[in-house]
Amino acid sequence: MISPLANKKLLIGIAVLSLLSAVFLLARSRFRHTRALSGQQSIAPDFVLPGINGGAVQLSAYRGRVVLLDFWATWCEPCREETPHFVELQDKYRDQGLQILGVSMDDNAEPVREFYKQFKVNYPVVMGNARIGELYGGVLGLPIAFLIRRDGRVYVRHDGATNITTLEAEIKSALATKT
Amino acid sequence: MNCNPNVKTYSLFVLFFVVAACLCFAQQASQIPESRRIDADELVKILESARGEKALVIDVGSHVLYSQAHIPGSEYVGPASTENGLQLLRKRVQALPRAQFIVIYCGCCPWTHCPNVKPADDALQALGFKNVKTLYIPTNFGTDWVDKGYPVAKGD
Repeated sequence: MISPLANKKLLIGIAVLSLLSAVFLLARSRFRHTRALSGQQSIAPDFVLPGINGGAVQLSAYRGRVVLLDFWATWCEPCREETPHFVELQDKYRDQGLQILGVSMDDNAEPVREFYKQFKVNYPVVMGNARIGELYGGVLGLPIAFLIRRDGRVYVRHDGATNITTLEAEIKSALATKT
Repeated sequence: MNCNPNVKTYSLFVLFFVVAACLCFAQQASQIPESRRIDADELVKILESARGEKALVIDVGSHVLYSQAHIPGSEYVGPASTENGLQLLRKRVQALPRAQFIVIYCGCCPWTHCPNVKPADDALQALGFKNVKTLYIPTNFGTDWVDKGYPVAKGD
């Protein structure tokens, strides 16, 4: 029978190991880099792109709403981690005027459709290309998200996995303004 | 040894957590030894040097990203996180001498999240290539290559 003291030491050891592992994984998942947008406050370039479920999607059709334009891909792990949060945000702020729009940078649409169903994505997703990447200053790493105000101007750009708390505060701020 | 059932359960939980974390990291770029990494400035010097060993530079990431910007002279094979991409990589290097200097790169995501370079490195090691380096891109190709003013080409 293990002594109570040994049991206590073992428990403490396990707790410390768990804590260190959690801190390590958290630090890893939060590796992020936010940089100022060059041309911030400029009008987000308009585009028409094919939706993964058919039809075409035009950015300017959402003028008057706050748009979170998310460049992502199915093979991008931080993008996958963000998606459930984006689904929640879309639900939470839809009535106040938030529209999330996903731009997949996958090379083909098949895995994107599967992902869309698996994650129960509740916002439109279009297939991106090199041209739209260049229009937005080069999408040369994923994820990259642009928060666009009701007047079509870019409010902020996030490179890398987004801190959801920060993003939600920015969304609220953008939703609170009329323009 | 008799052990408190709570400790046993907790230990199993921690063991599961550690194994899951190890499996998660197994395919990550951070598993590539530092000796097989190359920094951007070092690669640029090699590419610009008229003398010395010529490197075969291969992009093993996304084609949409490659089309926007890539290292001049680099070849695109496909994302090495997919079986198709790996096959194209193997096919490209199949006939080369095993001493060929090969540099692979991606830059789609932060180094710790890149799904492509580790499988590509594994495949080249398995084929017996002895002189393979992976370009170390901490954040992404835009931040660590393009924004730093290193040479860039566009298109297919």
